[in-house]
Amino acid sequence: MVDLLTAEVGQPRESVGSPEAVLFTNVKYTWPGPSPFAISIKSFSLGHGEKLLLLGPSGSGKSTFLSLLSGIVVPDEGEIDVIGTDMARLSGAARDRFRVEHFGIIFQMFNLLPYGSLIDNVLLPLRFSRTRRARVLAEGTLDDEARRLLRALGLDDNVIAAAKAASLSVGQQQRVAAARALIGAPQIIVADEPTSALDRNTEGAFLKLLFDQSALAGASVIMVSHDEGLAQYFDRVVRLDDIAISTREARQ
Amino acid sequence: MMIARLAFQSLRNRWVTALLTVLAIAVSVTLLLGVEKVRTGARQSFADTISGTDLIVGARSGSLNLLLYSVFRIGNATNNVTWKSYQDIAKMPEVSWIVPLSLGDSHHGFRVLGTNTDYFTHYKFRHGQSMTFAAGGPFKDLFDAVIGSDVAEALHYKVGDKIIIAHGVGSISFIEHADKPFRVAGILAKTGTPIDRTVHVSLEAIEAIHIDWQNGAPIPGQSVSPDQVRKMDLSPRAITAAMVGLKSKLATFRVQRAINNYEEEPLSAIMPGVALQELWGLIGTAESALSAVSAMVVVTALLGMVTMILTTLNERRREMAILRSVGATPATVLGLLATEGGLLTLAGVIVGTAGLYVGLYLARPYIDHTYGLSLAIDPPRPDEWLKLGMIVLAGFVAGLLPAIRAYRLSLADGMMVRT
Repeated sequence: MVDLLTAEVGQPRESVGSPEAVLFTNVKYTWPGPSPFAISIKSFSLGHGEKLLLLGPSGSGKSTFLSLLSGIVVPDEGEIDVIGTDMARLSGAARDRFRVEHFGIIFQMFNLLPYGSLIDNVLLPLRFSRTRRARVLAEGTLDDEARRLLRALGLDDNVIAAAKAASLSVGQQQRVAAARALIGAPQIIVADEPTSALDRNTEGAFLKLLFDQSALAGASVIMVSHDEGLAQYFDRVVRLDDIAISTREARQ
Repeated sequence: MMIARLAFQSLRNRWVTALLTVLAIAVSVTLLLGVEKVRTGARQSFADTISGTDLIVGARSGSLNLLLYSVFRIGNATNNVTWKSYQDIAKMPEVSWIVPLSLGDSHHGFRVLGTNTDYFTHYKFRHGQSMTFAAGGPFKDLFDAVIGSDVAEALHYKVGDKIIIAHGVGSISFIEHADKPFRVAGILAKTGTPIDRTVHVSLEAIEAIHIDWQNGAPIPGQSVSPDQVRKMDLSPRAITAAMVGLKSKLATFRVQRAINNYEEEPLSAIMPGVALQELWGLIGTAESALSAVSAMVVVTALLGMVTMILTTLNERRREMAILRSVGATPATVLGLLATEGGLLTLAGVIVGTAGLYVGLYLARPYIDHTYGLSLAIDPPRPDEWLKLGMIVLAGFVAGLLPAIRAYRLSLADGMMVRT
């Protein structure tokens, strides 16, 4: 077991699977329910280590895209390949495990369990992911790594020592969320408008720190947003409308 | 393990509602177990109303009727037992002792029992406990009375007080034995039996107050003064019933049959234990009702818990989404909420059980003194453990209800946080 884990840790990131970190091919998905929302994505890719901004107005299917990407839902047709694995082939529980092994996810807001300490929140994925846990333990203790990330993301020790995540400002919470996404070096960081509650200055600083750390971990970053002003920070910008056709049928 | 820890942390975060829920469950558990204790205690106290007496003899009637009027002072005898029959039974070789009981008069609604001083030594209750005197002692003089503790308390009597006995058994009586007052010679300690509500006088005194009576009314112009009556022959002509103790329990059925077949007059002999069981069978349905009610309270408390978890569910959708995003399966989310229900119920059961024993410990002396009910402080019996286990299980299952809803929300929301 331990051998397997270290073997995986030791593997150079670039050699894992296909040249693309994520590859969508002819994906079609329709939400079940009384007002079905359908999305169809012919092709989409995310390279290893790439920082990609996915732009789209609200209601354009960003949430559906993220649900497909992170394996919360499985496409009705087509293939979503993540680090060389077709997620549709995995069982539900295996997809959940796959998600925590390979993805770090940052939400728009309310990222933290309000009752946990900052360290607890950062370490949360490691409770579910053995690989990421092993990666951290190969370098030192869980606590040290959590603190290192929090500091690197601009939180000082006084804040880290704060008892509850609930007492933090939104900006601070997003930094903790970023640390949680980054810990254990997952291959893909998914961020759903993480800066929408931040002002311009804080936003820039936050993204810079996030990218510094994701580069250090060798992770790709995909961020969805409606804010075109963010484009300057990214390697590539994709408009959802250009890659996807979405239809919303009227309620009966 | 981790699920339990998360559930615990999440609960700690909502500690006020969680505490109230635990308290509600605890109170219901205390009630359930408490009712059980009182039930057992009441049944035991009831069965212990009379002990040490092998047979009760009265005029021929049903066993319940005989038990009711001789022991519980409820209702009336159908007929009397002649003094000769009494003496015949007393002379039977198997009979160790016999105590006469003569009923028919009352004092402010409390029955007056004519007997002899053997009554105080032979009447046993609650595992063979004997009566003790809280004040004074047994009657020595003809017009001495010994009263039960309830009588003393209700009428504020103390030793030495004069009391007038009324003819008949109503609480308001128009015909009194006013010419022959009694003196309170002794007050009995609380027994938790009908003794507490009885005025005891000697058999001779019963005879004395009726000496100038005929057909239930004083004979006009024939008043006999207390001093005169002392010189008269006061040997009783008839009694109402008698308590019989045997030398050997093995003879019980033989003596019972002999008395039932007594040729000179129709008599009935009953075994008090058997008759008490019969009586409890009749009034015991009330105890089932009590149990049913307390079970309902437990159900209510669990419903309250489900409501509590359900109402917090919406605000916790974000918690679910976060957990999903870090790899928690919907099953983990399901387990989390079910564990929460289980933990709350477990805490409630523990607190409730502890509460019961603390309550029992504190209230026992009071209950014993006030109601004559002795409640046992013993560890839960196997069936009570079973009940407690069932409650925890029910809490766990009840927790599944919101858990299934959370599961479905979690599936629908995915990791997208809805606020």
